[in-house]
Amino acid sequence: MKLTLKDTTAGMTVRIDEVGESALKQRLMTMGLIPGTRVEILNSAPMGDPIAIRIRSYNLALRKDDAANIKVSQV
Amino acid sequence: MSAISVALTGNPNTGKSTIFNELTGARQKIGNWPGVTVDKKVGVIEYKDRKISVVDLPGTYSINARSQEEKIVSDYFNENKPDIVVNIIDASNIARNLFLTVQLMEQNIPLIINLNMMDEAKRHGIKIDEQKLEKMFGMPVTNTVGRSNKSVRTLLDVFTNTRMANYQPSEIFKQHIERINAIKASGEPQEKIDEEIITARYDFIDKVMAEAVTVSAADTTLTDKLDSYLANGVTALIIMVAMFYLLFQIAFEWIGQPLADELGGWFEETLAPAATEAMAEAGVADWMQSLVSDGIIVGVGSVLSFVPLIFTLFLCLSFLDGTGYMARVAFVLDPIMRRVGLTGKSIMPLIMGYGCGVPAIMGARALDTHKDRMISILITPFLTCSAKVPIIALFAAMFFPDNVANVVFAMYIVGLATAIIMAKVLGHTVFQEKQSTFLLELPPYRMPDIKTVLLETWDKGKGYLIKAGTIIFAMSVAIWFLSSFNSDGMTDEMDKSYLASIGSATSVLFAPQGFDTWEAGAAVVTGIMAKEAVVSTIGILYGADEDAVDVDDADSTAEVLNATGMATAFTPLAALAFMVFTQLYSPCVTALGTIKKEAQSWKWMGFAFVYTCAVAWIASLLVYQIGRLLGFE
Repeated sequence: MKLTLKDTTAGMTVRIDEVGESALKQRLMTMGLIPGTRVEILNSAPMGDPIAIRIRSYNLALRKDDAANIKVSQV
Repeated sequence: MSAISVALTGNPNTGKSTIFNELTGARQKIGNWPGVTVDKKVGVIEYKDRKISVVDLPGTYSINARSQEEKIVSDYFNENKPDIVVNIIDASNIARNLFLTVQLMEQNIPLIINLNMMDEAKRHGIKIDEQKLEKMFGMPVTNTVGRSNKSVRTLLDVFTNTRMANYQPSEIFKQHIERINAIKASGEPQEKIDEEIITARYDFIDKVMAEAVTVSAADTTLTDKLDSYLANGVTALIIMVAMFYLLFQIAFEWIGQPLADELGGWFEETLAPAATEAMAEAGVADWMQSLVSDGIIVGVGSVLSFVPLIFTLFLCLSFLDGTGYMARVAFVLDPIMRRVGLTGKSIMPLIMGYGCGVPAIMGARALDTHKDRMISILITPFLTCSAKVPIIALFAAMFFPDNVANVVFAMYIVGLATAIIMAKVLGHTVFQEKQSTFLLELPPYRMPDIKTVLLETWDKGKGYLIKAGTIIFAMSVAIWFLSSFNSDGMTDEMDKSYLASIGSATSVLFAPQGFDTWEAGAAVVTGIMAKEAVVSTIGILYGADEDAVDVDDADSTAEVLNATGMATAFTPLAALAFMVFTQLYSPCVTALGTIKKEAQSWKWMGFAFVYTCAVAWIASLLVYQIGRLLGFE
């Protein structure tokens, strides 16, 4: 099974392979989540969700449900 | 003298509003959460014999008209052709910031690219070659250090000296446009086209980055270090509660309340007797003397004396806003908010609700779904708005002098807990839609710009002052009239006045809560007009007592009222029940009107009134009856 952003843990660095179809897709892309982009996994809120990631030198928070739509591979 | 029109545009959290404030000195809201500047702000400056009018557009990530803010910006550029458009870029976050730049230029809008926060970018190991950047876009590039007045003033020279007509998009940008046009003409489904355009924009940005920007591997930044505590796991939640507790200590124990006590004492001891004396000497009619001393000075004074408290509270909140911490509050609370059927983002309008419910109800517009918006609107009235602060501050000081901060904090928690419970209830009954999402930028921690914090504090606090001068003034006159007259004309016996009749009719409802005096009933009724009126009513009803005005050892509103019948009218437990009731019951008329407007229905307004009163009645009943069972009085 393919790795998604949901399965990552803090400290990992991954590369986005595909942003899956969802109502949020275009907003995610506008915020810079484009295939090929490097993502660092930072911290998370209490109980591990939402998570904070660094992308294109800024920090973004998103929920794990949405992260599950983003396919990644480890670098 | 020719006029120049300038528009400032850019992403949220770029320091755009700070630049606007430095340029114009205008009063306007700014925060570190995305989307706080919803209105269009305009300021006019005179410089070198030119009139420069600057408009501050809402911060947006793009102009796809998906949100309220994006629509404002995109409509603005469709309808206006300003002489100069300045695109404010956060230099430390240039890659994502340029997305808007590219999109604006695709719309044929020539612009000045202003790199802000260059100092911060340098610290993060980001070097930007401004000349190469200029070449890549074909547009002029300037830079500012957000908080430096001098560097912002240099923009004025740029405004007066730059002819945008001299600039043309670069060849490489024209190639980008051709690519966009080709995608548009490809005949694929609209969604596919939109996605390909977004990818093409980032392709172009990647080219710009490769050419003009060097990013050296930065060490762990201060923001990351702080976030590993302030926005990580359960620790973050504990720190957050401690942070807000500290904030209340500052406002209610250390600075705000002591100042409020001083001012309240001055109204009671110095101004009121002086006015009485002056009017007696001038031979003013008795009823007029009574109106001014017992009505206006006491009523407006009891509200005005809380101004230092309100301003201290807003100052602390605005400061926290400016640091970027509020975005972390939304992040840390999202797990909780999600479980009650909201999103962490709802915390933003709800936090505004701690200032005033009216902008909070309007702020709910920015939320993504109808369900989020409606629930947010309907739970806002439970929060402790600034007008309710005097009620709890007064009652806490009078009945729980040893535990003021704890009682005040508990009241905030009561409001918040009720809001959360009702969100859950409404989410499971009235609004059943699917869950929404949460996507939020966590901006770097920054030392807030003091000028901007002060302007924002003033902006939020002045509403309270204006209300004291208008609604509260009118209410004080009305309460004085109702408390000084009955069907036989003017009376000295307040307990036989019109107000006593209204109050005792209402107070019947509160027998099970232990505060069924006509004064409390009257305060509850006037509080529906404006929550400040609860305290001014109580001030007039108890404070108008001849003995109270003569008290010379009292140095605070609370102590003055302690010497009156109020001290015995409530037991501590009844006082607590009264605080809980006034904390939760009906929104004020202004807020009710706003609910009607935002929900576009009288039905929802009526619902908001009835259900908040019912919840307040039950909650205060529980406090009083359970308290009695536990042996309290």
